[in-house]
Amino acid sequence: MTSPLHQKIKVTGPVVVTANRLTDGAVIYRTASGQWTTELPGAAVVTTSDAAMALLTAARAEGVRVVDAYVAPVDLSHGKPRPGNLRERIRAAGPTIRLPAPEAANVHVCA
Amino acid sequence: MYVHDAFDRRLIAERVEEFRDQVRRRLSGELNEDEFKLLRLLNGVYLQLHAYMLRIGIPYGTLSSAQLRMLAHVARRYDRGYGHFTTRQNIQFHWIKLEDLPDAMADLARVGLHGIQTSGNSVRNVTTDQWAGVAPDEIEDPRVWAEVVRQHVTLHPEFTFMPRKFKIAVGTAAHDRAALRIHDLALRLHRNEAGEAGFEVMVGGGLGRTPFLAKTIKQFLPKHDVLSYVEAVLRTYNQFGRRDNAWKARIKILVHDLGAEAFGREVEQEWQSIKDGALALDDAAVAEIAARFRYPDYERLADDPVELKEARAGDRRFETWHRSAVARHRLPGYAIVTLSLKAEGETPGDATAAQMDAIADLADRYSSGEIRVGHEQNLALPHVRQQDLYPLWRALDAIGVATPNVGLVSDIIACPGLDYCSLANARSIPIAQDLSRRFRDGDLARDLGRLHINISGCINACGHHHVGHIGILGVEKNGEEYYQVTIGGRADEEAELGQLIGPAVPYGEVANVVEDIVAAYVELRERPGEIFIDTVKRIGIEPFKERVHATH
Repeated sequence: MTSPLHQKIKVTGPVVVTANRLTDGAVIYRTASGQWTTELPGAAVVTTSDAAMALLTAARAEGVRVVDAYVAPVDLSHGKPRPGNLRERIRAAGPTIRLPAPEAANVHVCA
Repeated sequence: MYVHDAFDRRLIAERVEEFRDQVRRRLSGELNEDEFKLLRLLNGVYLQLHAYMLRIGIPYGTLSSAQLRMLAHVARRYDRGYGHFTTRQNIQFHWIKLEDLPDAMADLARVGLHGIQTSGNSVRNVTTDQWAGVAPDEIEDPRVWAEVVRQHVTLHPEFTFMPRKFKIAVGTAAHDRAALRIHDLALRLHRNEAGEAGFEVMVGGGLGRTPFLAKTIKQFLPKHDVLSYVEAVLRTYNQFGRRDNAWKARIKILVHDLGAEAFGREVEQEWQSIKDGALALDDAAVAEIAARFRYPDYERLADDPVELKEARAGDRRFETWHRSAVARHRLPGYAIVTLSLKAEGETPGDATAAQMDAIADLADRYSSGEIRVGHEQNLALPHVRQQDLYPLWRALDAIGVATPNVGLVSDIIACPGLDYCSLANARSIPIAQDLSRRFRDGDLARDLGRLHINISGCINACGHHHVGHIGILGVEKNGEEYYQVTIGGRADEEAELGQLIGPAVPYGEVANVVEDIVAAYVELRERPGEIFIDTVKRIGIEPFKERVHATH
């Protein structure tokens, strides 16, 4: 079986490398300088298989800081990279629903 | 209420410290993710789309007010101020940090709560009827038997790494409120012709990619043999279940491939070799566990006290809620009250920390400090004096858990879906929210009567869509969210799997399709009292298909 690190990645458009941050699971993206950012516009965008593989291999080498690094599509049609599919849009922007505002609610018991 | 002893407390506390050390080693790099993942999954810790998720089991759906307050505390201190009650009597926190998990677990351990065996290929939280111990139609309290099983399988080395996860449910009432037949193993207490109580044993139920209803392999198992028989089922599955393909590893596939009869013979053979050994239960052992379930000091009361009669006659909103949320208790003068976590436009099963605290206070005041969690993602107060129902309702209404929709079209079961879950293909919650707004008209919903909508965001079926009267399954087609719609499913004692009503529809069309199905039902029902699922049973799905196809 081929090691995941030697597998080919099919790249048909612009992609980034993304992962979850180890300490809190936050969504992060690999930057061109080998750092991580929580902001997609700061991510390194590549367009070839070899470049994506190089980015991913370097990312995976940092197993202590990140979890489950993978290649995700982005959309460049508006200039800066935007998530390339719904799953990535939700990962980037959070749930599409309004989250409860717990302590703002005026909760009282009137019995 | 179940009373924890020193052994229970020590076991959980030791596990927390073990996990604290595992987290420390992961954060320092001593453990890699592959090594750590196995360990976190033994403790209910998942990594989802945006954050870690901690799942905490609520055995047999029974919570004390102190436990609910602790859940509120964890939500507030370590998460984002809310929790999500699931379809298997668990609660999940979706935003917890890895570095905070040991402290959160230590806090939970103080009240006997934990995430042990809420993930991984282990025996999961043993579930039962949320009305256990108070339902008028039960033979006896199913929690005693659920606890017998739970104690045996907790950290049992033989059953910690099975081919896949294993879900057990126990029921002892005429009406199945525990969705028995969609479980890997279900125990249904009933009486034989001699009037003795024993278990019908059903195996191989489950939803997911290949749904099956559980099949009976033993019609009548004496109660005191339950542990040895469960052990025999687990051993047989552990031995023959597939480990080469995760999609074919659940017991349902094994039972299907072997046939229920052949599987039952294997179990019987194993059972005969162990039934009279250490696992044979004696009366003293069962009595010891039964004694841990404490009931309130009930008063001698009469049904329909004057306070209740006056309130029902004088306040229409209260009367509407009463009809929806209040059920008969086994004792006169008492009631079981369901708290709807399905307010219009909200997330099914979510409760805020403030709501949890308030419900805990109300449980202390009106329900002997006890709360129940049901697989429908609602809560219940099991010991309410009927004379207290009116002030209780006012308090529940004030905190948003008195929507009078229990069992109705907007009482929707939904998994977290693609808004949280890394397995999901499509969103569930916004679909549920949209439907709850479409069916906000209470008079219409009451006219429709009992109608269960279940939504799953992927084929893993955490929203139990196969057994929804109307089931909705999210799939992905060419990068877009589509939804398959089924009708005719049900999870009760007449369990059925739903059937597809047509091709999948896009996100924006789902609520319209459901409205069309409901309109077809209104047209096709024999009389206003015939509920949706009975109409489908009587005439089949074709007339529904025709009408829905005509408009989509």
